[in-house]
Amino acid sequence: MTEHEMINQKVKQLLDKTWRKLLTSLRNSIPQVIAVAAAFLIGAIVLAATGHSPLEAYGTMLIGAFGDIYGIGQTLTQATPILFTALAFLLAFKCGLFNLGAEGQLLMGGFFAAVVGISLNGLPVFIHLPIALLAGVLGGALWGFIPAVLKAKLGAHEVITTMMSSYVALYVTSYFVNYPLKAPGWVSQTIPVAVSAELPRLLPVTQLSAAFILSITAAVATVYLLERTTLGYEIRAIGLNPWASENAGISTKKGMILALVISGAIAGVGGAGEVLGVHRRFIDGFSPGYGWDGLAVALIGGLNPLGSIIAAILFGAIRSGGINMNVSTGVPLDIINVLQALVVLFVAAPKIFGYIKKKGGFKWLNLPT
Amino acid sequence: MVEFTDIINAGLFAAALRMATPLVFTSIGGLFSERAGIVNIALEGMMLTGAFSGVLATFATGNPWLGVLASMLAGGLLGYLHGVLTVKFAGNQIISGTGINLLALGGTGYMCQVIWGSRGASQNVQGLEAISIPLLRDIPFIGEIIGSQTPLVYIAILVVILSYILLFKTPMGLRIRAVGEHPAAADTTGVDVYRIKYLCVVLSGMLAGLGGAFLSLGHLSLFVNGMTGGRGFIALAAMILGGWSPFGALGASLLFGFADALQMRLQSVAFLPSQIILTLPYILTIIVLAVFARKRAPPSDYKPYTKE
Repeated sequence: MTEHEMINQKVKQLLDKTWRKLLTSLRNSIPQVIAVAAAFLIGAIVLAATGHSPLEAYGTMLIGAFGDIYGIGQTLTQATPILFTALAFLLAFKCGLFNLGAEGQLLMGGFFAAVVGISLNGLPVFIHLPIALLAGVLGGALWGFIPAVLKAKLGAHEVITTMMSSYVALYVTSYFVNYPLKAPGWVSQTIPVAVSAELPRLLPVTQLSAAFILSITAAVATVYLLERTTLGYEIRAIGLNPWASENAGISTKKGMILALVISGAIAGVGGAGEVLGVHRRFIDGFSPGYGWDGLAVALIGGLNPLGSIIAAILFGAIRSGGINMNVSTGVPLDIINVLQALVVLFVAAPKIFGYIKKKGGFKWLNLPT
Repeated sequence: MVEFTDIINAGLFAAALRMATPLVFTSIGGLFSERAGIVNIALEGMMLTGAFSGVLATFATGNPWLGVLASMLAGGLLGYLHGVLTVKFAGNQIISGTGINLLALGGTGYMCQVIWGSRGASQNVQGLEAISIPLLRDIPFIGEIIGSQTPLVYIAILVVILSYILLFKTPMGLRIRAVGEHPAAADTTGVDVYRIKYLCVVLSGMLAGLGGAFLSLGHLSLFVNGMTGGRGFIALAAMILGGWSPFGALGASLLFGFADALQMRLQSVAFLPSQIILTLPYILTIIVLAVFARKRAPPSDYKPYTKE
């Protein structure tokens, strides 16, 4: 065999392997694709039943989301906080915890970043911006730390405490931007952050900022944390079996606290990105439900950070395209939340697909069970 | 200057009883579900859908009692959905519950806009009127508190008593508790585990729907977007604080109801910004969970049961 042939063979093997891997991951994501499709189908029925044309609604949504550079920019802008909250949900979930408080952690992160952004002046960008982002980390981490400690030390169920702390975050931030930190005027918001604390914009006219790059970095970092570090290994072990982990010498309490704190911190950066990159100030209750989008995205992304990137862009498109749909067809924006809910419900019970398979449906798809 | 008696008086206790009522219904609902081994965080969404359906049916028929019926029906339907996803398909109970909560929030917001043209609130409808109970209303102080309330308040107390009897004094109650304690053992003694689970989760939804109906028909006479404001979760906390028992849930609901009433009262005298006062019930819930979390949940709670 000549050297040329050997190289050829190696390349062929490599391509084959990549192709097979791609096929497997595609096949594994069939349930998620079906879930999204089914959600849109039911959404279409709801639209038709309430006197709206589903084609027109989805059409304007699609055009709004991807029709031009502006649309694409806004889609990625909306995908950014959603990816952060998806990673937050995912990381806690890997540790067997339900962080339903990403919404509040996002708000607190944004609020802390805004405080640093507006109160410090005359600092160079390379100092002010990192401090503001770190403040976001701190705000989110703090809002994850409280339910984490209550869970680990006292056994308070994190599902309820994270949810409750979200309401607290909403009202506390609302108090600050309505009273001590309120900017002049009738809108409940702070004054703009200093220019030195702004995240640079990436695409002129659109609100797309460097926060998008941060979110992709966070996704890669989450993969690294989970797959390549001891802490990540411990988090996954606790998620799989806390008793066995404890017996194997892993401190489950420490692992749980760290997982929820990091989870909160990730959501916090998401909020900081919104404040420093998109709005450039803290607006009262600025999140339209990014925390919940994140939960849906993490599930659609197969609880995989890289899968979540794709799912986040899908949900970002639904959010940004939804605005176009709302303006041009008058369909209430709440249909977006209905779609999001349907997706979650379809993904909630993976056995549905086994059931469909057993009943002989979708044979041609070769569904995984 | 605000006098102490302007805040703490019989009116406050009457309001506390009113605000406890939706929590009583819903926490008893949560209790039935968890006693049969299904965590139901969808209570929030079932309440919200109940509140909406109640107003919608009243709007259509003019009769608030038909509204109450519709609330229970809608809540029960969502309970059935939770059952299908978690019992039949052994899905994750928290994720299914979250999905139902999101569906309720988006769905009621959407329908509110479609029907009444406003996302924020529905039109006013005929609410449930308070009834005045002779003799009871004449007792000083006590009469002011429980003498004259909407019928749902009295029904809530009845529900507590009936639930206690059902759960602890009947064979059916024994089966329910057995399913929650040890489904496999219950199965071998011939109990239809799946049927009991379905029954309980549907009942749970109906009660949560009733709790929602109280908010929209007994309290406000209209639907407001997201009007439950986390009360479904607070009801769960009340259920835990009450140690998964009906009378315990009643007592805990009264505590949270008091916090809610106090919060409203403090807002009306306005010596603190409303946003700060509004955090009160949520912070209380977190504290209560932290302090009383050690109470024991039914052992099969959260674990899906697959028949061998």
